[in-house]
This record gives sequence, C-alpha cells and structure tokens, in this order.
Amino acid sequence: MTTPYTTHEYDVIIIGAGGAGLRAAIEASSMGVSVGVICKSLLGKAHTVMAEGGMAASMGNVDDRDGWKVHFADTMRGAQYINNCEMAMHHAKEAPERVHELEAWGALFDRTKDGRILQRNFGGHKYPRLAHVGDRTGLEMIRTLQDHGIHEGIDFHMEVTVTHLIKEGNRVVGAFSYEREKGRFLLFKAKAIVIATGGFGRAYKVTSNSWEYTGDGQTIAYDAGADLLDMEFVQFHPTGMVWPPSVRGILVTEGVRGEGGILKNSEGNRFMFEDVPPNYQSSTADNEEEGWRYVTGDKHANRPPELLTRDHVARKIVKEVKEGRGSPHGGAFLDIAWIKEHIKDSESHIKKKLPSMYHQFMELAQVDITKEPMEVGPTTHYAMGGIRVNADTQMSTVDGLFACGECAAGLHGANRLGGNSLSDLLVFGKRAGEHAALYAKEHGDGTIDAAHVDTLVEEALAPMSRQDGENPYAIQHELQDAMQDLAGISRSEAGLNEAIEKIHALKARAANAFAPGNRDYNPGWHTALDIHNLLTVSEALCLSAVQRTESRGGHYREEYPEKTEEGSSYNTVVRKAPDGSMEVERMPVVPQTDEMKQIIEDNK
Amino acid sequence: MAQVTFRVWRGEGEGGYFEEYTSEVGDGMVVLDAIHDIQAEQAPDLAVRWNCKAGKCGSCSAEINGMPKLMCMTRLSSLDLTQPVTVEPMKAFPLVKDLVTDVSYNYEAKMKIKPFKPRKPDAEDGTWRIQQDDVERVQEFRKCIECFLCSDVCHVLRDHHEHQGYIGPAMFVKSAAYEMHPLDVEDRISDLKETQGLGFCNITKCCTKVCPEHITITDNAIIPLKERVVDEYYDPLTRLFKIFKPNKSK
Repeated sequence: MTTPYTTHEYDVIIIGAGGAGLRAAIEASSMGVSVGVICKSLLGKAHTVMAEGGMAASMGNVDDRDGWKVHFADTMRGAQYINNCEMAMHHAKEAPERVHELEAWGALFDRTKDGRILQRNFGGHKYPRLAHVGDRTGLEMIRTLQDHGIHEGIDFHMEVTVTHLIKEGNRVVGAFSYEREKGRFLLFKAKAIVIATGGFGRAYKVTSNSWEYTGDGQTIAYDAGADLLDMEFVQFHPTGMVWPPSVRGILVTEGVRGEGGILKNSEGNRFMFEDVPPNYQSSTADNEEEGWRYVTGDKHANRPPELLTRDHVARKIVKEVKEGRGSPHGGAFLDIAWIKEHIKDSESHIKKKLPSMYHQFMELAQVDITKEPMEVGPTTHYAMGGIRVNADTQMSTVDGLFACGECAAGLHGANRLGGNSLSDLLVFGKRAGEHAALYAKEHGDGTIDAAHVDTLVEEALAPMSRQDGENPYAIQHELQDAMQDLAGISRSEAGLNEAIEKIHALKARAANAFAPGNRDYNPGWHTALDIHNLLTVSEALCLSAVQRTESRGGHYREEYPEKTEEGSSYNTVVRKAPDGSMEVERMPVVPQTDEMKQIIEDNK
Repeated sequence: MAQVTFRVWRGEGEGGYFEEYTSEVGDGMVVLDAIHDIQAEQAPDLAVRWNCKAGKCGSCSAEINGMPKLMCMTRLSSLDLTQPVTVEPMKAFPLVKDLVTDVSYNYEAKMKIKPFKPRKPDAEDGTWRIQQDDVERVQEFRKCIECFLCSDVCHVLRDHHEHQGYIGPAMFVKSAAYEMHPLDVEDRISDLKETQGLGFCNITKCCTKVCPEHITITDNAIIPLKERVVDEYYDPLTRLFKIFKPNKSK
C-alpha cells in the first residue's frame, strides 16, 4: 500500500522564508493571489538573520554625491563585468525604495544627525551606502518582513523540506515535500513557484552558512530542467573566526573594517597596503592616516586597503599565512582595539558600533575585541552562481518557476560586494513575487500525475527502508573535506578533477544511504535526503570551475592566476542532459547598452 | 581531548528517558558540537533543532544541567565535566521528540499582537525623521532572537500552563518594541490588560536571567507596559474624567 500524503493548493508557493522569500510572498499576496510559504526551519530563523553589515542603497544620506549610477558602476566593477548588467541596473535603481518601504513596515535603522537613515562604508562601495542597525541588520530585516508578512493572509508551512518540483510539459505545477516534525508527506499544487532557498555553503567544511544551506533550491530547479549559471563563483569572506576549532568559519562582519579595523600579519605589518589591484589603485589610500580619515567620514580621503573587494582581501590573508606570517592558528590579525589611538572612549564606541561582534568573541573565543586583535581567516560565505533567471521577471528557464535571492544568479557575477545581498533579496524578491503572481493569474491549474507522486514517496522513504547502508553524516563530512581542500579558495585542474571523481564515488554511496529510526523528526533521514543536493551543486561547481581557465573574482586557478580576455566574454551554464548527465556550456555575457558603458566610464 | 558523559533526553510526546553517551570533547567546543558528534557517530536519529550555530537565530534552546540556554553558545569549558552533562528539551512547551519542542504557542501569541502602525511620514518624499536616541531606546527589544527561553522559565506557563490567556515574556518584549517604537501610533494597552495576561506576571525576573541577548525583560519591557496599563485604567484623574463622561467609558 502506498504511503498517504496531504495536498495543499495555492496560486503561488514560495520555497524559503529568508529575506527574498518573505519579500516575494508579501508582494504576491498584495496582488490578490493565494500564497503559501514553505520553509525548512521555523519562521524567522533563516540565514538572513546572520547578515550583519547592512543593505546597500544609494540614498545619498551621508554623501550626496552618491546615486544609482555610482552604485551600478560599483556593482559592475566588483562583479568583474561578467554579471547581468540589466539586473545590476534594476538593483541600483530600486534599492532605495525597498529600504524606505522596510522602514514603513517597522524596521529601525541607525540615523544621521538630521534624522535620516545613516549609511556606512563597505568594501567596493565608493560612498557610504549601507543602511544598517549596529551589526545586526539581517535580524532587523527578517523580523520586519516576518512580522509584516504574518498579517498579510499568507499561509506558512514551517519545517517542511521540498525534495522535488513536479512538471507538466515544461511548466512547473507543484512541489513534493515532507514535514520534518512528523515525516508526513505534503504535495503542493501551484500555478507558479518561487524558489528562495539561499546558498550551499554547507558543501564546505569551513563556512559561515547555517545547516540549511545545502543547495536545495538549485538542485530541485536543476532536476526540473532549469539552467544553473556561474556555479564556479563562490565568495570566500576574508574574515571568519579561526579559533577555537568548533567556531571556525563563523562570520566576522566587514563592518569591523568599515569602522576602522585593520589587518596585520604576525610581524605587525599592515600587509593590505601591498599589491593593490590596478583598477582600484586610484581610489585606495596609500597611507594609514588617509585610511583613518576615510573611515571617519572625510570625503576627500581614499578608502583604506582593508576595504578592497572580498576576493582580494581573502587571497591576501591566505598569502600571508602561506608565507609564514600568519597568526598562531593560521589566520591574520584583525584589530579594532587600535582605534583607541584616535578615539577617547574607544571601548564603549566599539561596543556600540559592533555589539554582536563584541559578544561573539567574548563568549566563543574569550577575546575582548576592545582590547586585543581577533584572529580571522577566509570562510565560505556566498554563492554568486545559482539558478539562471530573466533579469526583469526572475523566471528561470522552466515556465512558471521563479528564483530570487542567493539561489538565483546574475547580479553579482564573479564577486559580490558586501551589502549588495540584502538589497538583492528585497529588489528581486519583490520582482519575483510580482511576476509569479502575474503568471498565476494568466495560467490555469496544472495537472499532477498521481503515479509520479507515489514514486517520489518511495524514493524519499528509501533510506529508512534499508536494513543497513552508508552513514549519511559520514558522506556529508567527506564531501565537505574534499570541497574544502580541492575546490576552495585556490583551485587547480588536477584538484578539481579529483574532487569530481570523489563526488561520483560519494554519489554511488549516497544511493545506499541508511537512516535508522522512524519518520518522526529524524535528522539522519533528513541528512540522507539533503546529500543529493549537496552532491549536485558540488558537481556543478567543480565542472564549471575546471573549464574556466583563468582567475576572476571568487574563482582562483593556480595555473592561471590572471584574468583573460576570453574569460570576460562568457558565463558558464550547467544543465541536465537528456541522459541524466550534467552538461556544461558557455553563453555570452549579457551585453551592456551604450548608456551603461557611459555610466561605467564616468565612474571609473 | 577528554571523554565526557552526556545524559540526553530521548523520547516523544509524554514518554521519555535519559540516555547516556560518552563523547570526546576538544578545545573551545560548545554543547551543540557534542550533540552533533553524538548524532553523527552514535544516534543518527537524535532530534535537535539548530540553524546558525552563532547565537543569532535562537533555534537551539534547551536546558543544560537544568539551566535554560542556547546549546550553540554554551561552552563545555564553562561546565563541570567531571559530572555527566545533562541536556533536556524546554519544559514549558510540548515535546515533539528528544530535544525538539513544539513552540507554535509563541507564533500564535504573536498573531494576537496588533501589528506596527506608523504615523504619517514626516517628509514629502514619504520618509521619516527620527533621532538616534529614539532608535537606541528600543534597540534592546529588537535584539530579541525569539529563542523563547524567557517563556520557558516563566512560571505562568511552565507551572500554571496559562498558555491561553497569556502571551508570555517573549511577546511582552515584542509588544514593548512596538509600543516604544518612535513611529508607532497603535494602542496595545487594553489588549495587554484584557486578553494577553500582562497582569499574570508577578515580576520574579526569571526571564531576564536567562535571556541570551541580555535583554532586561522585566524592568525595561514588562514593568513599563504595566505602568502604561495603570496610567490608562487606574489613574485617579483618568477615572474621575471617565465618571463625568460615562458614555465614553464603555
């Protein structure tokens, strides 16, 4: 007898309830369609809570020279010009409105003296641009969206994991899922689906990402025939905690450097002053005094080199460690305590500006950051690549299937600027919600084949129906080790090929994963189902990385340390071939209009 | 590395028992690390709820050696490891399984609170002007990570099971965040008195003691809300005013 399942029906379902998913849900609901949100955790716990620094929007409250054109140009430069310029345009133009709207829903940001929203400096942004509240902007954002969203008539299905999308022809018509709590199966019928599931940092051993980041959205979209784009580009945030081992990878906000924090090696040198990339030389301070003036608001000063883009800072730290000038536990020193040379009451200033960081180091590492430097090193932080979407509608290459936020690709190209993520969530969350609702209004109900659902039930139950088999946790750990060593911040052809072989071997073992116990809140079973996703995104990443024979942004190849002309001309696409294998192809970068070229030129 | 014994609650619904596990403990480890090790090596179906492992999401609430804490922020070096370390689920909420409880009560309680309602924008472009001092005044409440440890220790819930007519300290913090929001114009005082059970709180301050975000829940959130109730309902001048205008007192 087949295991029963419950069916829910909505016009639009949103998978994921972080910033992008919630914003999409609010927008879709406002357009009068029925909306169901499915999230893997409890509401309000999604990875967005971890975002610290702020939300980039060129409101010009602190420096009125800022505007959307400068923000656009900064984003393009940071992305190394292979991002989707149309998305970068939408993002730069619409971000300020999304911030103001958040305030109207109850978010409280730090203020300027004249009572407007305060904006802070961040790496790669020409002017102070990040709306923020202390160093917990993500929490403010998700709580505001959550508390607003629960009164908008949206249904929330918490602790539910989607394992498959269901199609009719090339159109998506439903999603199959299980409840984590009781293991019951749920079928969602929908006219349009928005994926907003975030990234896949859990494929690595050292990561700032939470457990949910297992590439679910990318994988269900890929399995449903959608294109994945730019999967080789992963951001390694330069400053994660390195000690003690159990907290390795937890994020140390870029806000520390925005507030004047400096990086030093074991010899006490500010090594970031060396090797400044040519396209940033004219905008980078060449002495410590100028750097300090910049972070304290001097409009005529250039930024300190600690605020260069994340890919560059991360590789510089790795270089110091490799050459024997690292900190005791293999990182660099990040020092904010030094500002006591300039600020009288630096201790309370630091506690006020960086309260979570103070807490985090005090409680997890017993380090008082107002007195001593922190030890930091790179940590896997963000996936620039993901589901390929239309720049205007956020629809993927599958009809009726939309994606927004980190799981979608396009805006950030080879490297994301800090602060551009929270604004990305809101700008494209809104667009995805709007266009999914429109799609749902224009299309009728789909049909779901019941026999197909029965096979999905069986597939999901397989790890529990075996008598013995592979430990899913062990497979996950082995994958994380391989990705960390072979597909991390520094890659080579041999290493990537070794990783691909390892992934194939792990796939074979995962097919025999065993989860003892029953369906009630069984993490072993959940892990057994999650590893398919981790293996899929890891394979897509390695295949994409091996064919990009250059270094650009988050992707660094040991044999090809420079950028190439060819590399600036294409994006990498991964899709499922008819025989079920993964195929990789190149497509030309979205061309810039003359207007865009001019804006970029004017803001060089 | 040291071998440490953990007594972990196992079971579903009403039933349950402590199971002992021995696990290796290394430098800087927190309780959640040990639980993960046990899960990966000895008990794959051990249920535990967690997300960020950085004290920011408030998912991994539990009772460690009888004290309500976040598992991810409790360093093993802060505990006496010569004795078994006891890890149990929160007690004020129904057990789902092992260390996971059904916290839906808190989500339902939040639905009872009237949502944020801003005053008219201050500027023509639809934005507001707010002073930093006014932002800072409510920051404390907005730090709440909704771990529900405060409600876990609240005797009104834990011992008296008043889940129906009482929204709990976590949601009093939420109410305070709205009530003291510089832009908010909604009135939640009558709800707090009439249907949300603010009066049940008798200020034992247990909630404040366990808050991992160090929010001074009782003194800064609950007592000021109680004062607002007093001002509105029991202030002699207001009452006198109501006597002369009886039609408005209903």
